[in-house]
Amino acid sequence: MSTAAAARERFLKRRSFIELSARARARALLDADTFRELLGPFERLKSPWLPLQGVVTQADDGVVIARGLIAGKPAVIAAIEGRYQGGSIGEVSGSKIAGALELALRDCERGAPVRPVLLLETGGVRLQEANLGLAAITEIHAAIIALRRHVPVVAVVGGIVGCFGGMSLAAALCSTLIVSRHARLGMNGPEVIEQEAGVAELDAGDRALIWSLMGGEQRYATGFADALVEDDIDAISAEVRQAFVQPPAAARTEQVERFVERLARIDMQQPPTPQLLRGLWSRADLP
Amino acid sequence: MSAASPFPQRGLEWFRALTGQEGFAAAGPRTVRVADAPLGGETARYIAVVPDAMNRFPRARQGEVGVDEAWALARQVRATMAADAGLRARPIVAIVDVTSQAYGRREELLGIHLAGAAAVDAYASARLSGHPVIALLVGKAVSGAFLCHGYQANRILALDSPEVLVHAMSKQAAARVTRRTVAEVEQLGERIVPMAYDVHSFASLGLVHKLIGGINADAPTASDLERVRVELCAAIADTRNGSRDLARRLTSGAARAVRGASIEVRRRLAEQWQGP
Repeated sequence: MSTAAAARERFLKRRSFIELSARARARALLDADTFRELLGPFERLKSPWLPLQGVVTQADDGVVIARGLIAGKPAVIAAIEGRYQGGSIGEVSGSKIAGALELALRDCERGAPVRPVLLLETGGVRLQEANLGLAAITEIHAAIIALRRHVPVVAVVGGIVGCFGGMSLAAALCSTLIVSRHARLGMNGPEVIEQEAGVAELDAGDRALIWSLMGGEQRYATGFADALVEDDIDAISAEVRQAFVQPPAAARTEQVERFVERLARIDMQQPPTPQLLRGLWSRADLP
Repeated sequence: MSAASPFPQRGLEWFRALTGQEGFAAAGPRTVRVADAPLGGETARYIAVVPDAMNRFPRARQGEVGVDEAWALARQVRATMAADAGLRARPIVAIVDVTSQAYGRREELLGIHLAGAAAVDAYASARLSGHPVIALLVGKAVSGAFLCHGYQANRILALDSPEVLVHAMSKQAAARVTRRTVAEVEQLGERIVPMAYDVHSFASLGLVHKLIGGINADAPTASDLERVRVELCAAIADTRNGSRDLARRLTSGAARAVRGASIEVRRRLAEQWQGP
């Protein structure tokens, strides 16, 4: 079989990450038969704020916390369900992620490392819980930064929703960031930019433009992500395992001078196109 | 220049009042001001993000935290940590009056999410290495801008003033996104406390260490400044006696009353963590 034919064969046999629920993604990334869900749907820990606004709740508030093993080592996965409320972060869903990371930190400090993985598919803060969603995101950030000193924290962005708002900062804070070609990663979603700054600033309906700015391939090519994968849970699983064996030497967010220097090269009188930026900020520049 | 500026300058006024300086950094944007000033027998480092009508990023001219601002915050906070390595970690006071993060296509292309994360990381790392980090809310503290500048503080102080607003999104944007009118968004805030914009509602979530009342927030007098310095010193002392994480935000009476779900989620997670 030719290389091209082999690649096509692999593509056809792949298991799509996008098509799986958050629960199924977490199960697939953990070693076989080790998945154990914490605060599962039968606990009925739902948003206390949505019913007051006539919004339908979900029994897990859109986040799955799962313990299990990754390559034989204790792990915890926090997986956001993008199909519920756009994966938005409310008090309960956000506290589930923050709380799980805080417990992983406690174990690491006791000398019992836990491998943390975040599957991020979210528009950011749930506006119906506004300030409590933002507070939870702050706690998620704090936990990632503290935990990263002990163990690599790995994030995957591969769902249809993308990863936006304060949770895009969470993705950027992780030791290793894995993105798929379908991913979009940005602080402000295209619709929000169009609303705030007008359609001349950004046409949220222009898919090619959106992906050229914040799509997974562009993010990888310009050094904002560590691995680029197809929509394939097995490929993602392999990258997750690799991230714990060979983590990057330093987090991007700690390399301030390097990134400030990169930014100083940008002439705002003639801002680069996404394609030109790939030349200006190639991966070869990064450690 | 402040009188002629079309943008709110409260953050800059408080920065000037507390430090007696303009605080331009040798390198970096004019929007991020940094200065050391005496505070309670030691030296504190004050940091503010202010408007600049000439900012090279047009979407970050009205007090927004943009790409340059966020990286400059990260740089200044990390410079403070480096300067104090092996010495007593000086307090860092973030003077908060930030409109929002900058919304623009260039910002996204150039990775405002990473810049913001770097600012968050720097403030949290300063807190973890023993710098008392205090946020002083004197104006707007909105959304991603507040995440980048102030929300990682050990303690949050706020002036009790109608112009001190804390929220995940501007009222206008929240109205558009949730398909409500601005009036409806305001009414909802009266009924659902995390959706409110005023600082009293924010404080009722247990996230504010102290609300400072009776202050002329637009033009602080000498006695106003003295009172704020006293509260800063008290917050710094409280920080040095406490833990370096954010756990305090969940233990106040207000937090127990309103953030019950945040506490319950953590309690049950801890119960189930080790498994059968």
